[in-house]
Amino acid sequence: MNIVSKHLIWWFLTAIGVFSLGTVALSRGETINALWIVVAAVSIYLVAYRYYSLYIADKVMQLDPTRATPAVRHNDGLDYVPTNKYILFGHHFAAIAGAGPLVGPVLAAQMGYLPGTLWIIIGVVLAGAVQDFMVLFVSTRRDGRSLGDLVKSELGLVPGIIALFGTFLIMVIILAVLALIVVKALAASPWGTFTVAATIPIAMFMGVYNRFIRPGRVGEISIIGFVLLIASIIVGGQVAQDPTLAPMFTFDAKQLTWMLIVYGFVASVLPVWLLLAPRDYLSTFLKIGTILGLALSIVFVAPNLRMPAVTQFIDGTGPAWSGSLFPFIFITIACGAVSGFHALISSGTTPKLLDNEKNARMIGYGGMLMESFVAVMAMVAASVIDPGIYFAMNSPPAIIGNTVVNAAQVISQWGFVITPEVLIQTAKDVGETSILSRAGGAPTLAVGMAQIFSQVIGGQAMMAFWYHFAILFEALFILTACDAGTRAGRFMLQDLLGTFVPSLRSTRSWPANLIATGLCVAAWGYILYQGVVDPLGGINSLWPLFGISNQMLAGVALMLCTVVLFKMKRQQYAWVTILPTTWLLICTLTAGWEKVFHANPKIGFLALANKFQAALDKGEILAPAKSIEQMKQIVFNNNLDAVLAMFFIFVVVSILFYTIVACLKASREGKPTSSELPYEAIPAGKA
Amino acid sequence: MFNDLSKFGKYLGQAAKMMVGLPDYETYAAHRRTTHPELPVMTEIEFFRERQEARYGAGRSGGCC
Repeated sequence: MNIVSKHLIWWFLTAIGVFSLGTVALSRGETINALWIVVAAVSIYLVAYRYYSLYIADKVMQLDPTRATPAVRHNDGLDYVPTNKYILFGHHFAAIAGAGPLVGPVLAAQMGYLPGTLWIIIGVVLAGAVQDFMVLFVSTRRDGRSLGDLVKSELGLVPGIIALFGTFLIMVIILAVLALIVVKALAASPWGTFTVAATIPIAMFMGVYNRFIRPGRVGEISIIGFVLLIASIIVGGQVAQDPTLAPMFTFDAKQLTWMLIVYGFVASVLPVWLLLAPRDYLSTFLKIGTILGLALSIVFVAPNLRMPAVTQFIDGTGPAWSGSLFPFIFITIACGAVSGFHALISSGTTPKLLDNEKNARMIGYGGMLMESFVAVMAMVAASVIDPGIYFAMNSPPAIIGNTVVNAAQVISQWGFVITPEVLIQTAKDVGETSILSRAGGAPTLAVGMAQIFSQVIGGQAMMAFWYHFAILFEALFILTACDAGTRAGRFMLQDLLGTFVPSLRSTRSWPANLIATGLCVAAWGYILYQGVVDPLGGINSLWPLFGISNQMLAGVALMLCTVVLFKMKRQQYAWVTILPTTWLLICTLTAGWEKVFHANPKIGFLALANKFQAALDKGEILAPAKSIEQMKQIVFNNNLDAVLAMFFIFVVVSILFYTIVACLKASREGKPTSSELPYEAIPAGKA
Repeated sequence: MFNDLSKFGKYLGQAAKMMVGLPDYETYAAHRRTTHPELPVMTEIEFFRERQEARYGAGRSGGCC
């Protein structure tokens, strides 16, 4: 009886989840309310957390609440601090939440909301949250060491170095694709450009205030900064309407690219207190606040989803990005379902702050569920807008042309009826001159968020404000990521190059710093630039490359966890990691292979390179190239992308090889062989 | 009631600071005083600057124990 009543509520919750998901999945032709998705997601998360994460905690990892964590062993009040679990949850979530879970679902929405939503919910339960949780556990039992270190110690030196190189390249691609999103959002938008540019002096003022005027008052300066940000959005609206000021803040994509590259270089060599730290405060608090606000608003507004559950583009002919449902939806969603990048956080600061092993469940598994919920909200925001507007914003000019009349005609032919007047009116509502071909996810998300927020505060009149608020929100933390990522990439590079040229390793040497920073910025800057001049709009080539590499990193992290389970002699539980690893490897290797070798030039890098090369041989020039030089550049860039994709395939296949070797070796051993630190009890009174 | 509220507010403040990589100064100072009474304790401002540098900078300082 007791057992039954204990589980009854969970059965009830399961029933609600299944019923909601069924409603989402089976409705055809009629519009459904966004709350169905929210309820389905939340009830499945709760049930998965209650049962599956408990199973992993108790049976698979056997978390031991009496065992001292690194924070307890090395407590120094600085890097290692036993931290309250709710506070640490906030820290961990703020570190893992970024642009990925927001942009991926928006791009995936071109296939309808259903495929993406299903993968977000199923993927997080079986793959993403498992990865974050297990890596946190593995790192916690090894003094909070980093992913690269863990691969080195559990799999060997060679796979460790391969993983390190892979991580660096993934970082470069992430920075490029994030910067591309900002470029796409700000091109020809004086309002957006002014607002984002204004964050630089605002952050510097905050930095000076925090350094000299009232040091350490983070809360108070963040409030001042927030007020200034809102003021900059309002002023931006005036600037955009001013005939002399507006042109000063109107730039095309190439100009913005150069500005970002220069910014990235300068920002990452400035002292951290001046620009990076204060901007980080603003972007973190704005990020968390906006996510909470969006969640409340969706529940309050309860909007209807206007995007169909499934569109005809599951066949791979979609305008925003090409490729069929399998494997591409699984790499496009990226961070909302599973993200390799989180393995770096789970083996970074979080394990050094964990007060007790048993809390790894809430922070690792629970934190990732929350991240997945952000992805669900992004999917909702992308699906509440008119599908005609969605496709107008996400299709490149090569497909829908440069005029609203042409765009409306093409998109209506796809079955998403839209008139030129609606496209003009929507642009006017959000305070922009045009909404055509604003790929990259951020502007679409901003329109969706503006629709939702304006129904809570301000109505139609506030649409433009909320649109630019959403653009600012995204651009702010993307720029923070560019800055922090360039620094992190620079240290990684100095570490890697230091193996060959020891003098480059010194982070106190200015020439070494400038060289490494320059190389790092040049690497992502080049990829960003090629994305901007890409004939298919950039996102089409770079986002899959990012998705593939990020999901592959997740595969590497899960393979590491598998090896650890084998070495702990718990191979009977290893299916928990083998299952998601297998799926991720199937998806990423297929997607990687197709991106390189697919015969369709919209999908395969080599096919596109060959198409342009063939034209070049005949002396023809294909749009959007305007000269022989640009033709050559497109050929080179696509060959380069193919090489990058091949490199990622090599990384993951070689790690797989080392994983199998390590697992076989471990299963022949009679006793546990993992390199976890010996048991040490939490001192009395500190448990 | 007000006691609980102020406690909650304190937690919220700590959570916000931790999100940007700033651990609690009081905890740090108390830890230093009890475990290393012979060593100097950073002032709140020094602590703030040290943590800022450690979150974003290169020269990660080692642990104390």
